[in-house]
Amino acid sequence: MADLSEAQKQAYWRYNIWLTTILLVIWFVVTYLISGLWAGSLNAYSFIGFPLGYYMAAQGSLAIFVVEIAVYAYLMNKKDDEYGIREEG
Amino acid sequence: MSLDKIFGLYTVVFLGVTVLIGIGEVAFGLPNRWIGWIFMALSLLIYVVIGVITRTSNADQYYVVGRGVPAFYNGMATGSDWMSAASFISMGGALSAQGFAGLAYVMGWTGGYLLLAVFLGPYLRQFGAYTIPDFLAARYGGNAARIVGVVGAIACSFTYLIAQVTGVGLIVSRFIGLDFNVGVFVGLLGVLFCSVLGGMRSVTWTQVAQYIILIISYLVPVVYLSFQLFTIPIPELTYGRLLQTNNVKAIEITRDPKEKETRALWKKDADEISAKIKAGGLSEAEVDKLKAQAALASRQAIAPAASDDAKISRYLTVPTGFGMWNFLALTFCLMVGTAGLPHILTRYYTTPSVRQARTSVAWSLFFIFLLYFTAPAYAAFARFTIYAKLVGTKIAELPRWITLWQPAGLFEVVDKNGDGIVQWADFVIKSTDFVVLAMPEIAGLPFVITGLVMAGGLAAALSTADGLLLTIANAISHDLYYNVIDPTASLAKRLTITKVLLVVTALIAAWVATFRLSLIVELVAWAFSLAGASFFPALVMGIWWKRANKAGAVVGMIVGLGVTTYYMIGSRFYGVTWFQTQTIASAIFGLPAGFLTIWIVSLLTAAPSKAVQDLVVSVRYPKSGQATALEAQGIQLGKH
Repeated sequence: MADLSEAQKQAYWRYNIWLTTILLVIWFVVTYLISGLWAGSLNAYSFIGFPLGYYMAAQGSLAIFVVEIAVYAYLMNKKDDEYGIREEG
Repeated sequence: MSLDKIFGLYTVVFLGVTVLIGIGEVAFGLPNRWIGWIFMALSLLIYVVIGVITRTSNADQYYVVGRGVPAFYNGMATGSDWMSAASFISMGGALSAQGFAGLAYVMGWTGGYLLLAVFLGPYLRQFGAYTIPDFLAARYGGNAARIVGVVGAIACSFTYLIAQVTGVGLIVSRFIGLDFNVGVFVGLLGVLFCSVLGGMRSVTWTQVAQYIILIISYLVPVVYLSFQLFTIPIPELTYGRLLQTNNVKAIEITRDPKEKETRALWKKDADEISAKIKAGGLSEAEVDKLKAQAALASRQAIAPAASDDAKISRYLTVPTGFGMWNFLALTFCLMVGTAGLPHILTRYYTTPSVRQARTSVAWSLFFIFLLYFTAPAYAAFARFTIYAKLVGTKIAELPRWITLWQPAGLFEVVDKNGDGIVQWADFVIKSTDFVVLAMPEIAGLPFVITGLVMAGGLAAALSTADGLLLTIANAISHDLYYNVIDPTASLAKRLTITKVLLVVTALIAAWVATFRLSLIVELVAWAFSLAGASFFPALVMGIWWKRANKAGAVVGMIVGLGVTTYYMIGSRFYGVTWFQTQTIASAIFGLPAGFLTIWIVSLLTAAPSKAVQDLVVSVRYPKSGQATALEAQGIQLGKH
C-alpha cells in the first residue's frame, strides 16, 4: 500500500464509510420500519396479490439484502481497481 | 477438471440417480423403505468419498483450505454451513403456525449477512488468522481475550451442535425406521469422516456437495405444487393469491357454527383438565402430562381470526405494542447473532483475497436466500391444503397424505363433534415439521421425492454439524492447547489432537442428544443471542476502533455474555422481565452493554501499542491476498 498517498488513503476510506452508512440506513428502514413498525398499515395495500406489509417482511426485505451486499461487493471491488489495489496473484 | 465441471457433473449424476430411483419406484414397485435406505447410503457415501479425496495434513489446508476457495464455492459452503436442520425441516412449519410474527426468523437470518458484509467479513480476511479467538488474541494481545473467545465459541457452537445431531437422529428414524439413537451415531460417522481426514478442506467441499442436494430437494416439491395449482412454477410469486384465499377461509371458519361447536368442545376439555390439576393430589409427572393436554386443547380452541367480524386472520395480523417490540428485538438478535457465529465467520478466512471475501458474502446470502425466500411459500401452501382440501372432507375419505403421514405422529385428525366431517379444529398439529416433510405427498409426488427431501434434511443437519465440530475442535486444539498450553507442540501433534478432539466432541454431542432434552430448540435460539452479545461487539470494535484495547474487549465480552445469560436464565426460569422481552431476544440488552463496556473500559485504560493501532488502520486498505496484514506486521500466529 506504499504507493497510495495519505490523501488517497483518506479518500478511499471516506468512500467506504459513506457506502457502508447508506447501506445500513436502507437496511434499517427496510427491516425495522417498512417490515416492522409500518407493516400493519402497509398491509392495506396489495402487491402482486400479497398484502404489502407481509410481502416486504417475507420476500421484499430478503431480496433487498441480497442486492445490497452485491452492490457493496461490486462498488468496493471497483474502488480497489480505481486505486490500483490488485491483490490477486 | 475444473471445479465447475466437477460439481456440474456431480449435480447431473445426482439428478440422474434420483430419476433412476423414481423409475424403479413407478415401474418396478421399489418399496419406500428401500428408497429411504438408498438415499441415505448414497449421500453418506458421497460425503465419505469427498472426505477421503480431500484429506490433508498441511496446516494451511487443514485450517483455511490454503486460502484458496473461490467466492462462489465459499458462498455455497457457507450456505449449507449456515442452514441447519431447523432451517430446512422446521422453518416452513414454524411460519405456518406463527404467521407474520414468524417472519422475524426469515429476516433475521438473512439481514445479518449485511452486517457481516460491511463490518466483519472482508476485514477479518485482511487480518488473516486461523480462528476467531486467533483474531481476538492478535488484535488485543495476550491470551486473556483468546480464552474468553474460546469459551464463547464453545458455548454457542456446542448448544447448536446438539440440535443438529438431534436433527440427524430424527430424520434417520423417521425415514428409514432406524432407532433414534442408532441414527444419531450412523450420521456422526459421516460427519467424522469428512472433518477428521481433511479439516476445513474436506468440510468445505463436502458442504458444497451438501448445498446442492439440500437446495434441489427443498425447491422441487413446492415448485411442482405451484405449477399444479397455478401453472406457474414459481411459488414465491404465486403464494400471494393463496394468502388471500386463506384469509377468506380463515374468516369463514371463525364464523362457521360447526367449527364453533368443535372449538367449544376443546375449550370444555381444557377447562376440565385444568380443574383436575387444581383439585390436586397428583404426582408431578401426572401434572406435567395433564398440563400438556390442557395446552393442546386450548390451542385447538383458538379461532383463526380474532372475532366474528374480523377482516383479517391472525396469520396476517401484524403484532402491536410489546408484540411488535418483541418482533423487532428478536429480528435484531438473530441478525447480530448471525454476524457473530464463529463457524460462519471462519469461512471467510478461506477465500483467496479480500475482494473475493466481499463477493463471497454476496454469494452466501444469495444461496441462503433461495431457501428462505421459499419458506413462507411452504407455509402458505400447507395452510391452503388444510383450509381448502382437508376442511369439509368426510372422515372416511381423508386425503392420501393424511393417511400416509398420520402414523408418524406429527399430526392427528380427530372428529371432535362426531359429525363425520373434518373441521379446522379437528386437525391437531403435534409438530409443524410435517409442512416440509409431507409436502411431496401433499403435491401428489412419488415417494422418491420424499426420499430426496430426507437426503436434503440430512445434508442440512450434517453440513452444519461439520462446521460446528471443526470450530469447537480448533478452539480447543489450536487456541487453547497450542497457543496457551504448549506453544512448542509440533504440527503433527496438533493435528492429532484436533482429530482426537473431533471424535470426542462428536461422541459427547451424540450422547447428550440421546437424552432428547425438550430445551434443545430453545438452546439454538440462545446460541444466537450468546454469539451476538459476546463476539459481535468485540469484533466490530476491534476492527473499527483502533483505541479499543485488551481490557475493554475482555471485560466487554464478559459483561455482554453475563447480561445476556442473566436475562436468559432469569426470564426463562425465574420470572425476570424487562419491557416484557422474550427470552430468546436476550441479546437486545447484552449487546449494548457489551459495546458500552468496551468503549468505557478502553478509554479508562492505556491505549494499545502503536504497532497494533497501525495494524488496525492497515486493514482498511486491502493488500496482497497471500501475505496477510498480520504477517506484514510480523505478528506470529504460530504458523510453520
